[in-house]
Order: sequence, then C-alpha cells, then structure tokens
Amino acid sequence: MALLAIQDVSKRFPGVLALDGARLSVEAGEVHALLGENGAGKSTLLKILAGAQACDAGTLTFQDKVLRPGDTPFQRQAAGIVTIYQEFNLQPFLTVAENMYLGREPLRFGLIDQKRMRADAQAILTDLGLDLDPDIEVSRLNVADQQMVEIARAMTIQARLIVMDEPTAALSPREVDILHRIIRELKGRGVSVIYVTHRLKEVKSICDAYTVLRDGRFVATGRVADIGIDGMIRLMVGRDVEFLKRPAHTLAGEVLLSVEGVSRRRGRHEARGTSLHDIGFEVRAGEIVGLAGLVGAGRTDLVRILFGADRMDTGAVRMDGRKLQLVSPCDGLREGIALVPEDRKQQGCFLDHSIRHNLSLPSLRRLSRWGIFVDEGAERRLVEDYRKRLNIRMAHDGVAISTLSGGNQQKVLLARCMALSPKILIVDEPTRGIDVGAKADVHQVLFDMAATGVGVIVVSSELPEVMAVSDRIVVFREGRVAGTVKGSAADEETLMGLMATGRAA
Amino acid sequence: MTASTDRPPFDTVGFLRTWGTTLFLLLLIAVFAAWNPRFLSVRNAVNILTEVSIYGVIAVGMTFVILTAGVDLAVGSLLAFAAIAAAWIIQHLGGAVPEWLTGLGVASLIGLAAGFLHGKCVTWLKVPAFIVTLGGMTVWRGATLILNDGGPISGFDDGFRWWGTGNVLGVPVPVIIFAVVALLGHIVLRHTRYGRQVYAVGGNAEAARLSGVDVKAVIVSVYVIVGVLAGLSGFLLAARLGSAEAVAGVNYELRVIASVVIGGASLSGGSGSIRGTLIGALLIGVLSNGLVIMHVSSYFQQVVIGLIIVAAVAFDVYAKSHRGKA
Repeated sequence: MALLAIQDVSKRFPGVLALDGARLSVEAGEVHALLGENGAGKSTLLKILAGAQACDAGTLTFQDKVLRPGDTPFQRQAAGIVTIYQEFNLQPFLTVAENMYLGREPLRFGLIDQKRMRADAQAILTDLGLDLDPDIEVSRLNVADQQMVEIARAMTIQARLIVMDEPTAALSPREVDILHRIIRELKGRGVSVIYVTHRLKEVKSICDAYTVLRDGRFVATGRVADIGIDGMIRLMVGRDVEFLKRPAHTLAGEVLLSVEGVSRRRGRHEARGTSLHDIGFEVRAGEIVGLAGLVGAGRTDLVRILFGADRMDTGAVRMDGRKLQLVSPCDGLREGIALVPEDRKQQGCFLDHSIRHNLSLPSLRRLSRWGIFVDEGAERRLVEDYRKRLNIRMAHDGVAISTLSGGNQQKVLLARCMALSPKILIVDEPTRGIDVGAKADVHQVLFDMAATGVGVIVVSSELPEVMAVSDRIVVFREGRVAGTVKGSAADEETLMGLMATGRAA
Repeated sequence: MTASTDRPPFDTVGFLRTWGTTLFLLLLIAVFAAWNPRFLSVRNAVNILTEVSIYGVIAVGMTFVILTAGVDLAVGSLLAFAAIAAAWIIQHLGGAVPEWLTGLGVASLIGLAAGFLHGKCVTWLKVPAFIVTLGGMTVWRGATLILNDGGPISGFDDGFRWWGTGNVLGVPVPVIIFAVVALLGHIVLRHTRYGRQVYAVGGNAEAARLSGVDVKAVIVSVYVIVGVLAGLSGFLLAARLGSAEAVAGVNYELRVIASVVIGGASLSGGSGSIRGTLIGALLIGVLSNGLVIMHVSSYFQQVVIGLIIVAAVAFDVYAKSHRGKA
C-alpha cells in the first residue's frame, strides 16, 4: 500500500476546471516528481493535499487512512504532511529554534522551556548535517538557509511526507547540491518527498518516480529511470491543446521600441524580483515578441521597467529612437506603452467596481468634458464597442468585474489598454488561469493589435502559447537574455534548453 | 455561460445594504415621533438639521478620505484650532476686512495647510494615516490651548454670527452650506475623473498606479479636502455659538467617521457614497436628539451610537462575505 494515494480529485474555480480526476500515488521513502506546465493543476493539487483548499470530488488516503476533506492545514501537519511553499511560512523576527517549534514549544511550568527547545533544535540541525545557529534570527538568513529551517521544522513534527513547491527556484547550484543531500538524508529515514519543479535535470538526479499532470488531468506516472528528459517534456506538453497559430502576415515594420543594456540590481530588502543584467532587444511595429523563461527569470521585472512601474539602474529604452524618461506608469502611458499586468486580481482589477469603471479608468481624460466631467454616454459607448469586439460576456456594464470569469476579466483589462490606442502593448501572462475558448479569443486580440501596427510584447510561461503567438522569442534565464529564436523556427526542446541551462538542447 | 453570471431573482442582502440605513432612519423617526409628537415639530427638525450640518460638512470630506482607505482622526482638533486661530486674528488684526470673511478665509486656509501636512506625512514619510492623524489630533488640540491659554474667544459681530444663526427663507445658513457641500461632493465623486480616481485608489492602489493614476497626489488631495471642510466647520460652529472654544469639536472625529461608516463606506476603501454619508449623519443626529427627547441619559446615548457603528460594520462584512460565496 502506498504512503499517499490521491484518487480522482476534481476542483472547479469560477470559469475554470482546475483539476479533473487527478491522481497521485507516493510510496514510503520515495522522492516523487510532480510535473506539468504552468496551469496544469499542480499548485491546486498541493493546496488540497495541504488542507488549504477542499476538493469538490475524490479521495486522499494517507498511511491507510482516508483524510477528511475538511481538515485544516494544521490537522494535515499533525497527520505528518508538511508543505514547504515557495514563499516560506517563517516568522522573520523569531530565531531558528523558535521557528522550528512555533506553536509546539516545549513547556516547563507553563512557560516555554527555552533551554530544551534550543537543545532539541540543535540536535535536529546536527542530525541533518546543517551548520545553522539555532539562536540566529531567521530574517538574517539567506533564502537557502531559510529553506533548511523549513525542512528542520518538518522534522520536529515527525513528518512522513514533505511537499516541496519549486524548492530550487531561488537557489544557487551549490545550494541545490546541499538541498539534494538533505533530501537523500530524509529518504534514508523513510520520509517521502513530493518534488515540484520545472528543472527536469534535477528530476533525473534526485527523484525516483514521476507523475505528470496536464490541464488538470492525470497523464502518466512511472519510474524516473525509465524515461528521459525529452520524454518528460513530451508528456508535459502533450498536444491536445493546440493554440491558434498566428496567421500569415506582412513582415514587421520599423523598429518601434529598443531596449538597450537594461540592468537592475534587486534591493537587499525586496522579497521578490530578479536582478537584471544587460537586457537588450527590439520590437518592431506590427511584431509580436514573446518573452519566455522560467518563473523568476526576470521577464516581469523587465516589462515593469519598460512601462515605468519600476526603475532601472542603467540602460536605456528608446521609442522611435528617442530615449524615454520612465519614472512612473504615467510616463509609460504618455509614451504610448500599455501594460496588462501579470496578476489580474492584485494589479489589474478593481474587483468591487463596475466593468465600465474598470475599463475606462486610464482613458477618462479623453472621455471627459474639459478633462473634468466624465461623459458617461461616451464611456458607455466605448465599453459597448469593446464588448462587441472582444466578445466579453456580461449582463451589463454596471456589474462588478468580480462577477466575471477569469477570461472575461482579462478581456476587460485588454480592452482597457486597447482603448488607449497604444504604440506598444505589453501583456504579462495573457491567458493564465483562463479557459481554452477565452485563450483563443485573447490570442486573436493580440494578432489584431499587431495587424494594426502595434508592437506587442507577450510574457508567458506556457511554451506552446509563446511559440504560437510570437514572431520572435527572447528567452530569459536568471536575469539575462539567454538567446533569441525566430517564432517559426522555435521548438519546445530548444526553448526549454535555453530556459533551463542557457544552451539550446 | 458559467453559473456565476446568472442573476439571482432578488438580492435581499444587496437591497438591505443599499437601503437598510435609510429604512432604519425612517423607523427611528417614526418611533420618536410616536413617543413625543414634539419631535416632529418644525423647530426640532430645524434644530436637528443644524446640529447635523456642523459635523456633516466634515463627514463629506471624510467620505473622500475613507474611500481611499485612509482615515482622519484630527478633524475635531483641527476644527477647534482653525476656529480659535481665526478668532484670534479677527481680535488682534481685524480692520478693513469684514469679520466673517477673515474668519471663513483663515479657518479654511488653516484647514487646507494642515490637511496638506497630514497628506504629505502619509505619502512621503509612509506613516499610516491612523498614526499621522492621531498625532495631529493631539497637536492641534494642544495648539488650540496654547493660542489663548485654554480660554474661549468671543465677541463677533452680527455679520459673523449670521453664518451660524441666520437663515434664508427659514432655512438655517449652516444647513444651506451643508447642502451645497454635500451636493458638490456628490458631483465630484460621481461625475468627475478625479472622483473616479479617488474610488480607484481605495479599490486597488496598485492597479490604480498601473492605470496612470497619481496615487500620492490623490491621497494628499483628500486630506486637503477634509482639512478645508474641518476649517469651514470650525467657522460655522464659532458663528453658531458666538465664541471659539478650546474644547470645540471634541469627539467630532468619531461622529464624523461613524456617519461615513454607517452610510455604508468600507474602511478598506473603494466603496461608499455621499448619499450614504448623508443618511449616516442624519441617523446620528436623529438618534442623539430623539434619545434626549425620550429622556435617555447622554451617557447611554454614547453606548447606543457605539453599538450601531459596530452593527453597521458587521453587516458590511457579512454582506461582503455573502457575496463572495454567491
């Protein structure tokens, strides 16, 4: 009997079926790779396993017991399932030992037994071969060491299964080696690990078994020894979601936007973001340029700079040969650069506000009498115009945008940018979390925009999408341009190779 | 089509959210009128409206602030300081200019400057608005006491007093001013680009920034607006009482914030309206007056008003989570 058996789990979010009969079976003492493209349903499955979300259907069996669907994350931990997310759950101003025993501190006369807690923590750290001071504040540790604290904490709860979501995304090669050594150590004690990663070489070197998800469905499972990296990529990519290929079109025009030597050092206190090194490329009128790369490769950081939302340290951005002063998004918008941001809910939508107000906000100057009083008639006509053009499904334009499906929300945000008649349209993750039909609609919009001479920049973590929509693909890796590939000449193996290793495979 | 776009037959929670406070206000008026018919007399109604107008003027400005997810605790103290500073200048430097004009001008300008200062502290120093204006509350009250050693300044001429005690066709001047301010506030919030930006900043500051809204300028502007209106309110109160008192406007911040919140504005920003604030301000005015008529002690009044504030916010939270589930 397997340690963990997940059977036929389904989960629906408004507008999207995130999981559709997903399966996963993990043996004791096994390192199991969970593979799939972005949007394949891995994160949702992990959240259901951790107790952070409830599934709509299916069963989870752990150590021969069926897990109750209503378990809280705390109950799942107590059962022996510990999840280490990309954003750690550590308290930055507590010490290593305090973090390891948070909520389960050893007590003495009702007070925390500091001495014993420190000694126990030290024992576990030594046992794992970790050279960490239990008294140091976690905020002073680097990312790799913080991850080790998470693992050490899992050991204090006698975890039987540790789930690691992209554990090496922020680690250097040397740190990855240390992590893998610890994972082998855990394995030796019969602890199982679910290892989620896009770095397939790591799967070959550390994992025993794999399971592949695609579009929320189970695709395949097997022993890592029996499959090559190419085979895994083929399983992940599949071929059942064919993207609309960009129709034949006249060649791109003059250079519109040129990015020259843009560099930015990530601030020491910034939790997110990637340092950029000497980024350069051009966008021509009527051209669609795809930016490909792994999560954290610096694509979003770059497009935010192009829009004026973040600052660069050195480098230049030119429009029609003229150097732009980009200090705030107002500057980007004034220069004719529009951005559909990566995170629809956090950065794009005013969720409680009406569709009309969401769509028109940046265009209001044009829609106002004397730049002051909003001409609601003109505003309504604008919304109606885009509702027809983009096939936005809504009851009427006065309802809150939160009532729309993800795909229709995305269309509203696209319309918001299109209404500005931009010269450059940047779309960060144009189809993340939206269903297939809406994806095709969104791509069609991008094609139409390019056909009118707009330079389009598409950031996407979905390789088939980048390949389908782009004339040219700029591949990012660790804040650098790893290579540029013609859209028609691109194949997934080459891109994946550039993204993961910096060399074409 | 997904189920989420189907429209429910009747949205009870939504209806109550829009009209609940209005219904409650009408209910209160009915109860008080049944208890004592004098409650509905013209004299009492005028009295209530005048009382409401003094703090209602500030509540209009506070609506702007709360829409951006901010708060201003300093309005009561600022009102007192603006009034006493204006009175001091009239007393010491008065001359060619009519007293009322000096009073109105000085009080508004002081409000404007203080509001600008508050706004800049919030945006430049990145100190939370709660803390900035909590400090401001103490600072302006202290400054008021310093200016005239804690004593009142009185002895304004009739032109000055007219703004608090006069009337036009039977309508008290403060009520007219409140009506004009509320109407302007409504037009600005509902029908101007600036109003949309105020809602946008509170609804999602990052999305607003990425839509080209100068978020910091909008935040500074709302504190300027509430500051000017606090100054105006101080002028009206001094004109009504015939003196600028050092203890004027104590606890006004609570009344004002309560008006806005009872009116349905969310403290997390992005939703609320002048119409709601108007109802909220009237509700507090009617409640205070009605409880007096029912001979309820002023101590108990505070308990009732406090409970209503909590109930209003609890309902708002409930309505939000209810909609989240739908």
